[in-house]
Amino acid sequence: MELLSFGKTGWGDELFYATLMTIAVSITAMLIGFFFALIFTPLKLSNNKFLNFIANSYTTVIRGVPELLVIYLFFFGGSGAIMYVASIFGYFEYIEINAFITGSVAIGIISGAYSTEVFRGAIQSIDKGQFEAAKVLGIKKHIQFFKIIMPQMLRLAIPNLSNVWQITLKDTSLISVTGLVEIMRQSYIAAGSTRDPLLFYSFAAVLYLMLTFLSMKIINRLEVKYSRGF
Amino acid sequence: MDFTLMASSLPKLLGAAIVTLKLLSLSLFFGIFIGLLFAILRLSKNSLVSKFAYGYSYIFRGTPLLVQIFIIYYGLGQIEYFRTTFLWVIFKEPYWCAIIAFALNTGAYTSEILRSAFQTIKPGIIEAGKSLGISNKIIFYKIQIPVAIRQSLPAYGNEIILMMKGTSLASTVTLMDITGVAKHIVSTTYKPLEVFLMAGGIYLFMTFIIHNLIKYLEKKYSFQ
Amino acid sequence: MNIFKKTIFSVLASLLIIGNVYASDKIKIGTEGAYPPWNSKDASGKLIGFEVELAYALCRYIGRQCDIVEQDWDGMIPALQMRKFDAIMAGMSITDERKKVITFSQGYADEVGSLAVMKGSDLEGMDTPEGVNLTLGGSGVNKALKTITGALAGKTVCTQTGTIHQNFLESGDVGKVNVRTYKTQDEVNLDLASGRCDVALAAAVAFTDYAEKSGKSVVLVGPTFSGGAFGNGVGVGLRQASQLGGTLGARDAELLKAFNKAIDQARKDGVISRLAIKHFGFDASM
Repeated sequence: MELLSFGKTGWGDELFYATLMTIAVSITAMLIGFFFALIFTPLKLSNNKFLNFIANSYTTVIRGVPELLVIYLFFFGGSGAIMYVASIFGYFEYIEINAFITGSVAIGIISGAYSTEVFRGAIQSIDKGQFEAAKVLGIKKHIQFFKIIMPQMLRLAIPNLSNVWQITLKDTSLISVTGLVEIMRQSYIAAGSTRDPLLFYSFAAVLYLMLTFLSMKIINRLEVKYSRGF
Repeated sequence: MDFTLMASSLPKLLGAAIVTLKLLSLSLFFGIFIGLLFAILRLSKNSLVSKFAYGYSYIFRGTPLLVQIFIIYYGLGQIEYFRTTFLWVIFKEPYWCAIIAFALNTGAYTSEILRSAFQTIKPGIIEAGKSLGISNKIIFYKIQIPVAIRQSLPAYGNEIILMMKGTSLASTVTLMDITGVAKHIVSTTYKPLEVFLMAGGIYLFMTFIIHNLIKYLEKKYSFQ
Repeated sequence: MNIFKKTIFSVLASLLIIGNVYASDKIKIGTEGAYPPWNSKDASGKLIGFEVELAYALCRYIGRQCDIVEQDWDGMIPALQMRKFDAIMAGMSITDERKKVITFSQGYADEVGSLAVMKGSDLEGMDTPEGVNLTLGGSGVNKALKTITGALAGKTVCTQTGTIHQNFLESGDVGKVNVRTYKTQDEVNLDLASGRCDVALAAAVAFTDYAEKSGKSVVLVGPTFSGGAFGNGVGVGLRQASQLGGTLGARDAELLKAFNKAIDQARKDGVISRLAIKHFGFDASM
């Protein structure tokens, strides 16, 4: 058990920082996912068939390919693509995007595909009357969206978004290819160094369970808060 | 873009797709039984039993599949005593370690799907059975279970696809599924983009087929 | 909500900018950090080992600062191509296959490969010469390969993915072998110790290091391998100058020259030998 202690010989402090990293990447990825969802959800619901196709391709492909492959493809293809684009503009220097950004965006892309589906489902289950009333009152389109539709959508979406959060949190265990030191990678390093995989992977499981437990508590609070007045 | 590489890696990847499908079907097969068992345990009146079932489901849904595989494969393999038991014959093989991990994982999700389906069966159906004088036990096995299974089809279809993606983690314990073979090809050609695109394409195709299969089954067996 | 969206945008934008490191004069060198005694990590996570110390020494000769970057082995060459770092010093042997995609400096050290088993295995006491050089060949080599083929038949052999050892096992020189490949040498060691692998193949020093550190009774069997699929020594992996051409390509070509010159100087000053003896226990320098 002393292997888990904090300090020089114990891995406790490394695992603590790794847990913080997992939380940081998960939150960042979730936010990046929202960013993608805010773009692709309107595309999905639009009347334009081409935009529909783009949005549907995004969600179908990302949700239909194993996360590990999406992460590999983004990691190996992403940097190259960005540098290619930059070179078109005449920027030939090496662009390094650090592991945190790479990992968060990779997971964010995945999280975004799920979030898009959740937002779409939520918007589609808002009573049509709300949309009509907003139109009739002559409210501008983007204010319609942000002040009327979005709050209702969020309330309906929160239970499913909590699932997306769970998925995002667990997917962070797959980004060791980027070299980012989160829970899984740190456990891997510790297990290799001490040749005690049972202890460290079991402890990693405990850490993830703790994060799941805390997330549930926080999300339940959010659900209560957003359901007020309905 | 090395298109010749993409073409030449296709047959190898397709061969590996068979491994992926084998892993998927065995995991789902055992997973359904585990899921049914734990769904029933969860609904038990005995609070100890239902808490135990909840605990199982919580642990396997609350931890990443990768951690589960590593604990079963490397963690159990570390225990000297375990290696002397007869179980080692099974756990020695990465193939069975992966299937056990996948089955336990999908079992947890399946149990949740079935449990919620059980709990949302229209009471009218059960009342009808009772009014016909059918015993509780038969109601359970001949009415509730089939109805619950039918109601679970959409959610379970989703679970099948999630599990298929999960099988890609078998590559982390030396198994040569699609992802494993893809990684192997990359390790000798150093062209990850082309190879992983092909692999991704194959998974996508399989997702497409499974998705349409489920849609077809849903239509065929819907009773609403 | 507009402010909400604006903050998200600005947060993302600033993250992207902060994350950008513009090309500097430092040389970035990639290593695995999981292949002792060539390269590994100490308890605090710092990269240590023969190549880490050699890297700093070579950079001193070149006259530039260097940063050592950790990279998983299976992504090592792609990461080099992606310009995540400028050179690879990760116990990477110079092979013709690798030369198709990257270029190497001259070799600075050499390793021999060896099979290993747990004590008590029936492969112990294999009747083979002490060393086998696949490039030189000869009847002695062929006879040894035949013995090994017979010994490995039906056995599970484990090795790290993307290594010369994997290439050798799959080359057909030892017949059809049931090969299992792992992401790191650590995993190979774990499965060898637990009995999942009947025999493993890696650098001889990797096994002796593992036996020492873990106390497990890992024994080397068979001959030591060199040449052929095992490559011609370990060198610094660099991008081929022809890859991009222009200013970037010229810089890569410069780097190759600089490393070669530095290795010559380091060898002349006995630095490589000294470091080799320190980490390997014998003079593994080339």
